[in-house]
Amino acid sequence: MGERITGAESLVRALEASGVTDVFGIPGGAILPLYDPLFDSSIRHILVRHEQGAGHAAEGYAAASGRVGVCMATSGPGATNLVTPIADAHMDSVPIVAITGQVPSSAIGTDAFQEADIRGITMPITKHNFLVTDPDEIPRAIAEAFHIASTGRPGPVLVDVSKDALQAETSFSWPPQVDLPGYHPVTKPHSKQVREAARMILQAKRPVLYVGGGVIRARAAQQLRRLAEVTGLPVVTTLMARGAFPDSHPQHLGMPGMHGTVAAVGALQQADLLVTLGARFDDRVTGKLSTFAPNAAVIHADIDPAEIGKNRVADIPIVGDLAETLPELVAAIEAEQAAGTVGDFEGWWVQLNRLRTTYPLGYDTFDDGSLAPQYVISRLGLISGPDTIFAAGVGQHQMWAAQFINYEHPNTWLNSGGLGTMGYAVPAAMGAKVACPGSTVWAIDGDGCFQMTNQELATCTINDIPIKVALINNGNLGMVRQWQTLFYNERYSNTDLDSFRVPDFVKLADAYGAYGLRCESPEQVDSVIEKAMAIDDAPVVIDFVVHKDAMVWPMVAAGTSNDDIMVARAMAPDWSGEEE
Amino acid sequence: MSRHTLSVLVEDKPGVLARVASLFSRRGFNIESLAVGPTELADVSRMTIVVSVTGLPLEQVTKQLNKLINVIKIVELDPDSSVQREIMLVKVRSDLETRSHILETAQLFRAKVVDVSAESVTIEATGKADKLQALLKVLEPFGIKELVKSGMVAMGRGPRSISDRALKSVDRPA
Repeated sequence: MGERITGAESLVRALEASGVTDVFGIPGGAILPLYDPLFDSSIRHILVRHEQGAGHAAEGYAAASGRVGVCMATSGPGATNLVTPIADAHMDSVPIVAITGQVPSSAIGTDAFQEADIRGITMPITKHNFLVTDPDEIPRAIAEAFHIASTGRPGPVLVDVSKDALQAETSFSWPPQVDLPGYHPVTKPHSKQVREAARMILQAKRPVLYVGGGVIRARAAQQLRRLAEVTGLPVVTTLMARGAFPDSHPQHLGMPGMHGTVAAVGALQQADLLVTLGARFDDRVTGKLSTFAPNAAVIHADIDPAEIGKNRVADIPIVGDLAETLPELVAAIEAEQAAGTVGDFEGWWVQLNRLRTTYPLGYDTFDDGSLAPQYVISRLGLISGPDTIFAAGVGQHQMWAAQFINYEHPNTWLNSGGLGTMGYAVPAAMGAKVACPGSTVWAIDGDGCFQMTNQELATCTINDIPIKVALINNGNLGMVRQWQTLFYNERYSNTDLDSFRVPDFVKLADAYGAYGLRCESPEQVDSVIEKAMAIDDAPVVIDFVVHKDAMVWPMVAAGTSNDDIMVARAMAPDWSGEEE
Repeated sequence: MSRHTLSVLVEDKPGVLARVASLFSRRGFNIESLAVGPTELADVSRMTIVVSVTGLPLEQVTKQLNKLINVIKIVELDPDSSVQREIMLVKVRSDLETRSHILETAQLFRAKVVDVSAESVTIEATGKADKLQALLKVLEPFGIKELVKSGMVAMGRGPRSISDRALKSVDRPA
């Protein structure tokens, strides 16, 4: 029997033993016992201003670094404020561990002060969760939580610990025995399926590598590049996969989906084979599912067997870790090629290149000298360079940031893809900056999103986390307004935030101890970005006042077919001139 | 619509029933019956779930179930190669005139009479769903005062056990 310590001390030691160096959180009654030993720990605790910020910071931390992000909150409202980021992490397969205090076990079920059944609440939005009421169980729960969060398909795990378990005496031993008889993620792909896939790829006439965020989570970007170059296949990267394949690469057709490039959307629609890698046929990619890639056979490689066949039947399912699957696939393809099957995609590339040159991404500028948001974002990408980490909110600015910045490396593009959580950007950027202090981290945010979580600027200033915020301020809930323009007869019900006027974002930044800058014309863009790049002693917020009528193009309207993609308002691409 | 019987081995941990049951509803599947109880192994429970499937394929729900950390194994039991049983208790209105008819009916169905009062007879019957249905139909004219069913339990025929291969990791000493 080891030294007698409290459950709280045991929890802190378990976190240290799990390699945790940074956590984001806010204390409160039920979790107070934990904060006492945390005070003496090597772990850096960053006191946020809202638990949602702690959760998104943990996500940004994890998405930028690949390490498990950790957030903490007290029982009841503290825990329920974590619900949104936990759901977000669940949708986007982000490895985070959330630790919540719970009322004493004798009070559980009595509607005690600040009691909420957070284990029950988060059951559908976590990969797994625990309620610990026995202090002896703490090390094992923490070890299992980190194991589950970071292996297989990553995801959020919540550990709810009752206050009495934190206060009671226990002993600590590490590593604890992990006992998960029902958890055995398959990482090694089935070789026969891989060989079959290799043959299918080389025999196809119009194959496409349809790349999802799984490639980034699997740390398989290098292997993906190898596959693309060995085969010569065109590549599309979904919103979650931006950065998985360099945008500068000639085989890259860009992002598919609702706001994808015509070339990427067209490639999927006209393909005879989709090589789907860590992607999940999300409705934002497929458009109307029944008309998606109608002539394509499907190879679907994913670590989560439940994704295979969920939305689209797979002709060749491959369950496994992409970091193992892709090298095997490359080897199988090289063997096929050595045996004489090389694959001929020349005609296909002619088709694709025509789409690419005819329908490049573009945008309108405004005669009145006002700022086009797309111009701001593309300049930001160019001036900041490819090693910068970008975290976006949700809406028009997110789509423009996905479209008009060239991503060259994985884990440099962070956003809320699945859940679409407004307010993600600032705290996620904060988390990314803590994980990667040597990198420049920009939050690209909208004025609507920014007002949901900008209180974390205080956290950034006080804790020396100098993030930069490019506020794309169009005074409106821009994406909703765009839908009102297109689908609701320009009836702008409740989308005007009036945030050109209120608040004054420069003053707001100033009040938070950040640098506040404003930019209202194209001529100022470069110099203001350069000025922000030169600042490293505090957060910077640039209020880019942009035209409210800018729209995100191309667009596949919700529920319609990808074939009906609009390049601009009421303007469809000309698909003719293509073979078949 | 098709009906399937799933045998689900789960770790006997708090909350596991809620995890399984809520997964069905949030993925759009309808549970017809669910029975849960202990097995030959300590710390392992077994759920027998009868699910009716309309749109989505059953595979989707079994794959999602498999993702639950506390779920150890799932087997779909084919009605032709498994034994499927439900238990039913039914309280039938009776008086001096009808009682013998009711007792006779119970006998025909090899059901047991477990309680008798001046105004009622309670019958316990075990069997497949269609047998219980048939019994109920015959009892209905007497007047059914109360009815309860256990939900289906089922087991594959033959010498093999569902836990043969799945549970090596559970058997190991803690």
